[in-house]
Amino acid sequence: MPQIFQFSHTPVHSHSFSHDRSILAITKETDVEVYNVSNPKQPKLITTLKDHDKTVTAVDISIHGRIVTCSQDRNAIVWEPLSDGSYKPTLVLLRINRSATSVKWSPNGYKFAVGSSARVIAVCYFEHENDWWISKHIKKPIRSTILSIEWHPNNVLLAAGSSDGHARVFSGFIKGIDEKPSTASLWGQKFPFNTLVGDFVSSNGGWVHDVAFTPSGDALAFVAHDSTVTVVYPNGGEGTPPKSILSVSTSFLPFTSVFFANESTLIAAGHNCHPVVFKGDETEWFEDHSIDDPNKNSTHESGETSALNMFKQLDLKGTVSGQNGSTLKTIHQNTITQLRPYESQGENVFRFSSSGIDGRIVIFDV
Amino acid sequence: MVLTNSVLYQSQSLRPYLATVRASLQASLCLEDFSSQLVERHNRPEVEARKTVEALLNPILISRNENEQIFIETSVNSVRLSIKIKQVDDIENILVSKFTRFLMSRAENFFILRRTPIEGYDISFLITNFHTEKMLKHKLVDFIIEFMEDVDKEISEMKLFLNARARFIAEAYLTPFD
Repeated sequence: MPQIFQFSHTPVHSHSFSHDRSILAITKETDVEVYNVSNPKQPKLITTLKDHDKTVTAVDISIHGRIVTCSQDRNAIVWEPLSDGSYKPTLVLLRINRSATSVKWSPNGYKFAVGSSARVIAVCYFEHENDWWISKHIKKPIRSTILSIEWHPNNVLLAAGSSDGHARVFSGFIKGIDEKPSTASLWGQKFPFNTLVGDFVSSNGGWVHDVAFTPSGDALAFVAHDSTVTVVYPNGGEGTPPKSILSVSTSFLPFTSVFFANESTLIAAGHNCHPVVFKGDETEWFEDHSIDDPNKNSTHESGETSALNMFKQLDLKGTVSGQNGSTLKTIHQNTITQLRPYESQGENVFRFSSSGIDGRIVIFDV
Repeated sequence: MVLTNSVLYQSQSLRPYLATVRASLQASLCLEDFSSQLVERHNRPEVEARKTVEALLNPILISRNENEQIFIETSVNSVRLSIKIKQVDDIENILVSKFTRFLMSRAENFFILRRTPIEGYDISFLITNFHTEKMLKHKLVDFIIEFMEDVDKEISEMKLFLNARARFIAEAYLTPFD
């Protein structure tokens, strides 16, 4: 059974569980609320992070427990957990002059990347000399808003989807923070900072809402506004054409979020309010099934509540039954904004969490 | 599917028209928060600003006949929807303009209503991502469809009422000359 949290009815643009799944951070307008969910029956509000003054667009928790938030007020803040359960904010020197749209910690938790409407990606890291989080900018060849960011498991490469319909893979290598990646990977040989190692266009040029790497990092998936899911298998980086680019068109409304459950399964969700599972490999990808499928879900109402609904309808609209009931037949009642792996065994994710505009956080089984 | 009264009473040609509008609206209302690329700390409906070309999609025109059309302009964070209401004679012309003026002067109570229609149309709605966040999307679509059904009904009812009244008054004036 999917597990549902509903903390409020305001939209949740982004959510993140801590590494041990005991802490949940969700965005709520200009704040971020941090809950202790170690007992899922009784989530407890630990604290509210309040330093932003415009909508918070993204939140992420590193494996060390640090929380990073970014907002349309052009700032990102790193929240260091203190022993008494509170958080100490540190403003990040982002040096951007438009809104920050997405943020992700690198898998090892030593740096993070912030996408922005200012046509740059800021890769941020901690400088001990100045005791401050500072950033380096990836500028070229970005010409539009970055909508999503995702790190490669090797902590060096990062993928970004943007509103001009491109999904790009850059190097976010920072001297002194990262070790040189030992072997050449499928994405290329050398990765000095700001190297563009892959540039892919969505099939109809739609906005690229989200990007994701496979657990091994050997393939990249992205979802675009034309309701397609595209998987790219690289073959040696920029300059050499990829082994295959596989695009799946669907009859769903556009997806806003995507992640890989394992090397051959990816899960996407978005404006259709329920997750969809795709399966495939280097030769072919296809739509497999839907989770929380509205066509299979019977109406959850029992006799009494439907009678209540009938009178409600009669009172509100003067008709006995509306053409569409008042609720959708899915758990999420509005667009799903973000999917994240929740629990995994080896390289297989078997539970994942989703957040929606309806304010719900749901944990689904794959 | 349960057919509501309104569906049963719809004329045969109105139904496909409204079904098309419904499907197009459902696809158009996939909105997300998108702050301005051009002005710092601004967040404005791109379909009204029209400054960021990549944030705009191609507009859709759905037309039942030359008097009844709907024009949907979509962008990344807002949809503008303009309706041409059926007007076949001068009376309907006057009724429609009075009716839409009445609604639009109270636009803030309707949240999604625009204060002025765009040129060539009788009434315009502006739906932004903040509306789809606060209200359920499928309910917004229902509202627009219901509005389109009701406005035609309302206008023809008003016209009948007006004609009946005119006849009554004419009779009342003409009785002395019997």
